[in-house]
Amino acid sequence: MNTNLNISNSEYDNLISQKAQKSPILKNILLAFLVGGLICVLGQFINNKLMGFGIDKESASAFTSIILIFIGAFLTSVNLYSRIGKFAGAGSTIPITGFSNSVVAPAIEFKSEGYVLGIGANMFKIAGPVLVYGITSTVILGFVYYLFHFVF
Amino acid sequence: MDIILTYGKVFLTGGLICTIGQVLIDKTKLSPARILTLFVTLGVIFTFLGIYEPIVEFGKCGATVPISGFGYSLFKGTVKAINEKGILGIFTGGVTATAGGIAAAVVFGFLASLFSKPTIK
Repeated sequence: MNTNLNISNSEYDNLISQKAQKSPILKNILLAFLVGGLICVLGQFINNKLMGFGIDKESASAFTSIILIFIGAFLTSVNLYSRIGKFAGAGSTIPITGFSNSVVAPAIEFKSEGYVLGIGANMFKIAGPVLVYGITSTVILGFVYYLFHFVF
Repeated sequence: MDIILTYGKVFLTGGLICTIGQVLIDKTKLSPARILTLFVTLGVIFTFLGIYEPIVEFGKCGATVPISGFGYSLFKGTVKAINEKGILGIFTGGVTATAGGIAAAVVFGFLASLFSKPTIK
């Protein structure tokens, strides 16, 4: 064990990057591709089934999101989603099920702090920024769209 | 045959979008929260630029299920509302189009946390 603590930040960074386990990038990418692709295929399957029931395209798409969000929330609550996430990485983070996971996981984690300040306040710890930047960029670009199509 | 081709395109598109995210995580050490935020914003911007719509036409759920598709729905809903209601649509369109997903995340998230116990990591 190296007990010399008088090292500079850059030396420390070097030390850490030497000791840190190199994550096998190619394997990570393949797993992300596979799992991400499969979740989207599941979404398409649900979407096709719904449209088979005679639901219109827009409603079917909204229903698909709601069902996938339910699946993500359910798998998170039974502690399965984090296991998928361990090997799938971005493949389970980026689909909408991962968005759902990002809502449920902190809600469960902070449950002990109470229903209002624990669950209520922490649910949108990660999903909050997604909404802030998503909605803000939409309104700004919506304004630009409005200017170009209705004013000029 | 057609159905297999469709699912193939969905798989390819969704897989590639997640691959981009994985490369960013591995190469830049961006946290998943930042990746989600980045992707939703890029989804909005690419839809505004007219780049995302052709990707959705090709990859269907492969492009709408990833979180960038949430950005696509936000901006698409905004455009639709602007064309119907004018300037008010700038503010109402995006959230209206994604209301189902947002409400589902809140309600299912709340219920799921009620029925689960935190696990020790």
